Amino acid sequence: MYRYDDFDRQLVAERTTQFRDQVARRLSGELTEDQFKPLRLMNGVYLQLHAYMLRIAVPYGTMNGNQMRMLGHIARTYDKGYGHFTTRQNIQFNWPKLNEIPDALEDLATVEMHAIQTSGNCIRNTTTDQYAGAAADEIEDPRPYCELIRQWSTFHPEFTYLPRKFKIAVTGSPNDRAAVRVHDIGLRMHKNDAGETGFEVIVGGGLGRTPFVGKTVRDFIGKNDLFSYLEAILRVYNRFGRRDNKYKARIKILVHEVGVEEISRLVEEEWAKIKDGSLRVSDDEIAQYIAQFAPPAFEELRDNDPEFERRKQAHPDFAAWVRSNVIAHKQPGYAIANISLKPIGGIPGDATAEQMELVGDLADQYSFGDVRVTHEQNLVLPHVKKAELFALWAELKNAGLATANLGFVTDIIACPGLDYCALATARSIPLSQRISERFGDLDRQYDIGELKIKISGCINACGHHHVGHIGILGLDKRGKEFYQITLGGDASQDASIGKIAGAGFSEAEVVDAIEALITRYIDIRNVGERFIDTYRRVGMDPFKEVLYGDR
Amino acid sequence: MAIVKNDSVIENDWVALDDEALVPESGANVLVSLARFKAERDALIARNGGLGVLLVPGDAPEDLADDIDRFSLIAVKFPSYTDGRGYSYGRVLREHYGYQGELRAVGDVLRDQILNMHRCGFDAYELADEADVALEKVRAALREMTVYYQPTGDGRVTAGSLRERRRAALELGGS
Repeated sequence: MYRYDDFDRQLVAERTTQFRDQVARRLSGELTEDQFKPLRLMNGVYLQLHAYMLRIAVPYGTMNGNQMRMLGHIARTYDKGYGHFTTRQNIQFNWPKLNEIPDALEDLATVEMHAIQTSGNCIRNTTTDQYAGAAADEIEDPRPYCELIRQWSTFHPEFTYLPRKFKIAVTGSPNDRAAVRVHDIGLRMHKNDAGETGFEVIVGGGLGRTPFVGKTVRDFIGKNDLFSYLEAILRVYNRFGRRDNKYKARIKILVHEVGVEEISRLVEEEWAKIKDGSLRVSDDEIAQYIAQFAPPAFEELRDNDPEFERRKQAHPDFAAWVRSNVIAHKQPGYAIANISLKPIGGIPGDATAEQMELVGDLADQYSFGDVRVTHEQNLVLPHVKKAELFALWAELKNAGLATANLGFVTDIIACPGLDYCALATARSIPLSQRISERFGDLDRQYDIGELKIKISGCINACGHHHVGHIGILGLDKRGKEFYQITLGGDASQDASIGKIAGAGFSEAEVVDAIEALITRYIDIRNVGERFIDTYRRVGMDPFKEVLYGDR
Repeated sequence: MAIVKNDSVIENDWVALDDEALVPESGANVLVSLARFKAERDALIARNGGLGVLLVPGDAPEDLADDIDRFSLIAVKFPSYTDGRGYSYGRVLREHYGYQGELRAVGDVLRDQILNMHRCGFDAYELADEADVALEKVRAALREMTVYYQPTGDGRVTAGSLRERRRAALELGGS
């Protein structure tokens, strides 16, 4: 894992002081709320329905045990004892007081954490595969490049007042778990014909009101050239992105309006001027960062542990959890353990202070102090010995953290919705809870198989409904919440935007509608087909029929 | 209103001409729009007195490239502090075209953006404040941060190159 050096620490310390001063100037009235707003946003402080909200950065979703425990401390000290992990691999706290936020940031700085660029029209936290450095299918660990992107984008003087926010995601695996095709820039590692590893550069993907799957502006950029290439894209966007309408200001609209060929031409023209400049990163420097993310000191183990097999035989609950939540590791004898933050009937992504502290401890005990946040709002211990999975599971189970539903119908992404958010038009959390309860029975979930339900409480699509196999969008119709269903979305390497099934459903009807869709899928699926596969084979009509009949 | 440059408040000895105003015969320094510069280039560069251009968002700094050494002032307008196009213009002028004259930020120039402007090549800031307040704001803004990750044309040493120097020194020491 990357450890801060004195430069990184000093930068965060200076930022903490700077923000304390900005808050003081706001509280004294020297800054108006209008002038303060972009400053607080640049530091993750939103004004929500009931209170300020503080979003803390978890760069590329990676933390150590101390950092996780610190989040527990923040929840207990400055909030109401819990926090909410987000689709951006960050965490947000919903109840801090403005005058206490500088203290919270000072506490965070002691463990090298901060809220830098977790909002505002700047380059946001870079996200990546939650299994980076552990996944068996990985071409190369993306984290060294994520860390270099973190540094390049932190307080970038030219790109702090962009037309709109800007999100970069990186995958080092052909199985895209970082949804790179629906980001402003998606970087997909692959090898060129010469056998060198580099990046496909995908630009202009995004969700929101106008969803797009991103387009490739360059099939291959070498590692040394990545940062000058990113800078060229950002300069083109900063200069030419629309600023007349905030809903048309993302780079996806620019790409859509002028065409990917023209964007590509502008970027290449700009890049030609800067590619041999000081943003070119040497092999030596890259090697330094790769070394920072060197694998932990794995033991040489046989892949199969007899004790692990016996435990599975003896404990069906444990076996179920292993089957759904444990994933193959590249190191023999180790496994990746997913911690579901989707208990049946619970709030997706929420964790209590005690749970965070426990996960920090478990990371230290079982996973070389490494813990990850996923964009699907779960946690991961990436490096667990198979022989220790049972002990880990038992501790998780005691803390309500062993729900065996990863990737199943109750593993729902939901935005905070109208319970918290000032932009929302409908509630998301209670609906996700009701769906979770309806399908709570694990055997039923396993029968249904992989099914990604994603719920957004407004058209800004923070709950990623466009890329849900079943997407649900909450809207307001004459003062009443109603929910529009989309089908066929996918955030993976086969990315696609879901299609609207038809008229929306009332709050009372929508869970039945979801159940009708799932029942139809079970009736018509072929052996081995996931919901999304069946949908792709048969199309919308059979599903529309159960939703609307002859309507 | 005060202009801060090189750690002091300077007099504004430039006449801003709107597009219809007569160009003074004298050797006064004149600041014109990009459109006017393009329309009257030959007459403007033939006269005595300093020549400056005001860029507004949407203008192409590329249009100044061939004449870059003729300007002793380029002013870049920030109509609102949230419009960040001027930062790119600053870097393009300094880093692509080697502009050496005064690069002045005008418009909605606030304390919390000044460091970014400085990093993008600006060396003069027109603030809405009284002289002493403006000077204090610029000074405070420029000393707020001391660690920089990005190489820009401002010459500040980045954390990356400091790390490299440190490694090189360690290797020398060790051999």
